[in-house]
Amino acid sequence: MEKQMRKKFSFGEIWKRMWKCRDLYLFLFPALVLLILFTYCPMYGVQIAFRDFVAEKGIWGSEWVGLKYFKQFINSYQFGNTLKNTLVLSVYCLLVTFPLPIMLALLCNQMRNGKFKKVFQVVTYLPHFISTVVVCGMILMFLSPSSGIIAQFLSLAEIKMPNIMSKPGAFPSIYVWTEAWQHIGFDSIVHIAALSAIDPSLYEAATMDGASKWQKMTRIDLPLLLPTVTIMFILRMGSLVSIGFEKVYLLQNSLNISTSEILSTYVYKMGLIGGQYSLSAAINMFNSIINLILLLTVNYISAKLSDTSLI
Amino acid sequence: MASKILQVKNRNRSDIVFNIFLYGIAILLLIVCFYPMYFVLIASFSDPKAVAGGQVLFLPVNISLEGYQVLLGYKQIWACYGNTIFYTLAGTLMVLLVNIPAGYALSRKELVGKGFIMTLFIIPMFFSGGLIPTYMLISSLRLVDTIWVMIIPGAVITYYVIVSRTFFQNSVPEEIWEAAQLDGCSYKFYFMRVVLPLSKAIIAVITLWSAVGIWNSYFQALIYIRNPDLQPLQILLRNILITSKEMAKMTEGTGMAEEKLRMTELLKYCTIVVSSAPILCLYPFVQKYFNQGVMIGSVKG
Repeated sequence: MEKQMRKKFSFGEIWKRMWKCRDLYLFLFPALVLLILFTYCPMYGVQIAFRDFVAEKGIWGSEWVGLKYFKQFINSYQFGNTLKNTLVLSVYCLLVTFPLPIMLALLCNQMRNGKFKKVFQVVTYLPHFISTVVVCGMILMFLSPSSGIIAQFLSLAEIKMPNIMSKPGAFPSIYVWTEAWQHIGFDSIVHIAALSAIDPSLYEAATMDGASKWQKMTRIDLPLLLPTVTIMFILRMGSLVSIGFEKVYLLQNSLNISTSEILSTYVYKMGLIGGQYSLSAAINMFNSIINLILLLTVNYISAKLSDTSLI
Repeated sequence: MASKILQVKNRNRSDIVFNIFLYGIAILLLIVCFYPMYFVLIASFSDPKAVAGGQVLFLPVNISLEGYQVLLGYKQIWACYGNTIFYTLAGTLMVLLVNIPAGYALSRKELVGKGFIMTLFIIPMFFSGGLIPTYMLISSLRLVDTIWVMIIPGAVITYYVIVSRTFFQNSVPEEIWEAAQLDGCSYKFYFMRVVLPLSKAIIAVITLWSAVGIWNSYFQALIYIRNPDLQPLQILLRNILITSKEMAKMTEGTGMAEEKLRMTELLKYCTIVVSSAPILCLYPFVQKYFNQGVMIGSVKG
């Protein structure tokens, strides 16, 4: 018996099994080469965060300085501000853009199947396909105090439109609500799919028992949607702090910078514009570590509470 | 009996109230989602004076194609348009060629080392080298300012690999492979002749996701492309819509300062329409595939 087991896991046997599916490795080859080259090689380059990187000396030749750049960032006056902005923006964004698609899905699920529902879905998904650059352009145009459409509506009521884009306090709301506008429909697809899988006999039974539509929604739809919601929530938490660089960077201006400078825009400015590679890599790593800790924590809590977990 | 009837009546009444709320909110949402896009469209066809005066709200006023005419004569935008089309086609082709075979290989249970390879694919979803090390790598490979940087580095997308793997596992019956194997069919032949023809849905989904993603992306170009001849549309759009860098060039020779200002606004509306129309028009026709794709992806994978 033991001999057989050993034979099964012998090198020759594994080689034989691998040789049998050699074509499959061929299928994997391009993806693996690109993956190792473009995502694993940069991971090796992360060590510049711990070195005094000088381009002429290369990664290995540069002096090892340990946590110098992490300390430098944490002690800089930018640290508190960028971290606070990143957290405010991401938590605010989560609080708004996470529950809204769920509500939309519940709403959509209660509609009778027909033309209206179809049109409704197509139209609410559409903004998702507009590029970030165009959305930011539209935001700037609509909010313009001189020629924007909102200013014109307000001028009908003889209210003067303030220049919202230059108000630091308004930046998080502008960012979050336009984000909701753009993605609410698309993000609801997952939930709509989960709801459409609910057994119709549950509704029939509920109707027989005299349940109203509202009751069906809160007593059937909501509990059965919960596992999907949990998984989506964990996924969202994992990328909480890696909030979109593109849109924040495009909406930033010198007047709202005090609330719009986040970790990723700071990394970009320090590194690629300022040329401080090591400092920038250290800040980036700091960001990734926060992400990872959040993901693992939420995953752990969720596994404890509801048996739904990702890993 | 009477109480029962009363109950039913109450239920009906509460359902009617519910429905009024439901469709009321739905119509409100429809307007909120649709109106900004609609406004840009009608503004681009209207007289800029009327737009600035607040007369354009529901229908275009004094329909004119002035903005589009100026845009048509502006060569830079069409060059960028061409670049974007090229990047979208080439990039999408690359994405398909790389990710779908990988997804298929990972869907086969006899693949030795499957768990390990899968882990290799998943780790980058949660941890990556970051901007600076990636930039250093790309520049040491001399890819900066070439068309390849737009096509090759972003080609492997773990999510597509997982989605296609899930699809192959669930939708291509194992019995066909068993039969084909008995006839001495190789993996290559089987994949080309049997699996791919059965997988039109997943190919369509990944094509669409990837095409939309590449068409709309600007980060890659912002960092790696400096040559104006290689720039994609989104970078030019940024210069037009956000930093207003291009405007002086575009509105050259359109008259006085005030006229220029108006023209600027009009041209912004027109560029938005011209750049977003292809994707937005395509979308309703392929929506079916999109929904399918999200559902495939949401099956545990």
